[in-house]
Amino acid sequence: MRASMRRGLSTAVAALLVGGLAVACGGDDSGGDGNIELTVDVFGEPGYEELYKQYEASHPNVTIKQRKVSALDDFKPRIQQWMATGSGAGDVVMLEEGILPLYMQQANKFVDLFDHGGKELEQNFVSWKWAGGLTPDGEQLVGLGTDVGALAMCYRTDLFEEAGLPTERDEVSELWPTWDEFLKVGQDFQSEMPDTKWLDGPTAIWRTTVLQQAGAGAGYSYFDKQNELVFSSNPAVKASFDTTLKFEQNKLTADMSIFTPPWQTALKRDTFATVPCPSWMLGGIKEFSGDFGEGKWDVAQVPGGSGYWGGSWLAVPKQTDHAAEAAELAKFLTSPEGQIGAYKAANVFPSSPQAAKDPAVAEAKDPYFNDAPVGQIFGEMVAQAKPVYLGPKNEDVRQAVENVLIGVGQGKVPAGEAWDKAVEEAEKSAR
Amino acid sequence: MTTDLRAGRKQSRPAPGGTGQRPRTTWRGRLTKLDTKASPYAFISPFYIVFLIFGLFPLGFTLWVSLHDWGLASGTREFVGLENYDYLLTDSDFWHATVNTIGIFVMATVPQLLIALFIANALNRRIRMPTLFRIGMVAPLVTSTAAVSIVFTQMFDTDWGMINWALGLVGIDPIDWSTSRGWSWVAIAAMVNWRWIGYNALIYLAAMQSIPRDLYEAAAIDGASRTRQFWQITVPMLRPTVIFTVIISTIGGLQLFTEPVLFSVGTPNNMDGGALHQFQTITMYMYDNAFGSDRYGYGAAVAWALFMMIIVFSLINFLIVRRTGGTK
Repeated sequence: MRASMRRGLSTAVAALLVGGLAVACGGDDSGGDGNIELTVDVFGEPGYEELYKQYEASHPNVTIKQRKVSALDDFKPRIQQWMATGSGAGDVVMLEEGILPLYMQQANKFVDLFDHGGKELEQNFVSWKWAGGLTPDGEQLVGLGTDVGALAMCYRTDLFEEAGLPTERDEVSELWPTWDEFLKVGQDFQSEMPDTKWLDGPTAIWRTTVLQQAGAGAGYSYFDKQNELVFSSNPAVKASFDTTLKFEQNKLTADMSIFTPPWQTALKRDTFATVPCPSWMLGGIKEFSGDFGEGKWDVAQVPGGSGYWGGSWLAVPKQTDHAAEAAELAKFLTSPEGQIGAYKAANVFPSSPQAAKDPAVAEAKDPYFNDAPVGQIFGEMVAQAKPVYLGPKNEDVRQAVENVLIGVGQGKVPAGEAWDKAVEEAEKSAR
Repeated sequence: MTTDLRAGRKQSRPAPGGTGQRPRTTWRGRLTKLDTKASPYAFISPFYIVFLIFGLFPLGFTLWVSLHDWGLASGTREFVGLENYDYLLTDSDFWHATVNTIGIFVMATVPQLLIALFIANALNRRIRMPTLFRIGMVAPLVTSTAAVSIVFTQMFDTDWGMINWALGLVGIDPIDWSTSRGWSWVAIAAMVNWRWIGYNALIYLAAMQSIPRDLYEAAAIDGASRTRQFWQITVPMLRPTVIFTVIISTIGGLQLFTEPVLFSVGTPNNMDGGALHQFQTITMYMYDNAFGSDRYGYGAAVAWALFMMIIVFSLINFLIVRRTGGTK
């Protein structure tokens, strides 16, 4: 009887253990000491560190943790998993312009910022930036605009000097009113400096020209406003593809993709002389070029007219436990003062007209970039920029086409077949 | 004591056809019976419960997902039957990834197992400090795959890599490790081999030590050379072990993921395995569809295709190894 009882007991213990395993998996601890930790998920260089400290100082019960990923393309799958599984996302997430349309389809997974006093904020943003954060029916405010990636062209003055080109930024801007002239200067440069490429790679110039052409044209790029793929029929796309292809055919690029590790390494060497530079790119160059690049870079006008590339919104996923506090933080970070702070830290140009007019922005000069009057350069750009509509599959098409262009540079895709291959890849990606 | 117990039991057993003491014994008796019958199952149940939760359920769920047009980011979910599989059969990108995977698998597994076999044979002889060498074999295994891949990726860098530098010393032109399809396979296979040769060698070594010494002594007396002993005693006796390692390598090889992902550092999407998908494996293609391109349903179909492929390949390899295990 003793023995059998012990056996019975062990059965019970085994059962308990199994059950206990299941229970142990579902644990959740939320510190009950009134302290709230807010996690902010960002990519690239948003320049928020100082703002967090300010916010923490004025909100003693809040601590802020930032999770940062360098490349947007690495950020995309993460946020997708978090949103799909309903857990893991930060309390505030950054949605880039290419990602935002995807999540507009699932706006119900985000907190409606109209419920948290979003209405009064409208005059804080340029109209199209504000509209971008709204659901198509205008009923829900999903995201608050952060920066606008106004365009410019960054170049290495030391390498220009070696190649016998002018180095003063106004003279440099006059060298290249159009992309064709930019190409010609590049060829001259390349013949003088065979070991340094003219451009970083096809991806930056491809994105820049697509947005310039689309902004000047129909107002959309790969997808029309009904989300139909118009890659092969949109003249803006073909024109920018031809422009980019010329640089690849003439071997003027180092075939790198922005923010990838080889690109980061290249910024510490004389690998390339120019990079199309949306305002946020300045932060990237500073971070990855570091002491090596200080004083060597300068900022000139971008060829081919006005435009912007990139820019983000801050949204609060419904899965957060602190919706009200997270919304407050998002409002603070996107407020004119917040945008000025971010601009000072990482050159992300404000989407807030008040912030753009602020002397701290408008008169800003960047010592790292030879005291370039960046506030003025980017401010003029933003004033002229026209919004471009992006479809939900925009990023997939972009990646596929960038790969084709890189393939041309690597000599694996004949230039004559590149457009057909790009169309084919775009169609597969838009499926 | 014992007799007492027995007597007690006998006593408590109901007499055939009797009715008297039945109610008193059944409660305890039933419990005992249940205990002896059910306890073993309860004890082994954790494994099966874990298997049900983490093995069978995902398999079934994946099958269910694969019958849908399912997007994680867009939130679409629509039953489409076998449409995903239909597309899969004609999807050139999938088959391209399949060829890559099998190519890398062959380049990695065949030399890996052969080298492991020879190393095990060498370690099986009398050598100084055998333990040191044996521990050395597993050292690569405990390093993180990510670290290994990053180091190898730098070594195989076309412009700055050590390998091209070394090749340059003997007058060979630099090789495009990351852009040429064949060479990228070689580079990735090298990472896989470096990591797994020692593991397989240790398994072979363990099996070799259980081969009776007298077989070798008899062979030696008959005048068989070392080489002949290896091929005619060691290899045939190792056959079950070889089958095991081949199947494990097949599964691992067809699921290759981390090394090629970390090798594709330079492209916009590191799931693409190079700008032209030179070394995109099936698992990368699956991940890219499910989590990159918002085609969760199609990704699940790719996962199932991979699952079937692993079963078929394991069977084929099993049959091949069984046929050609060195016996006649």
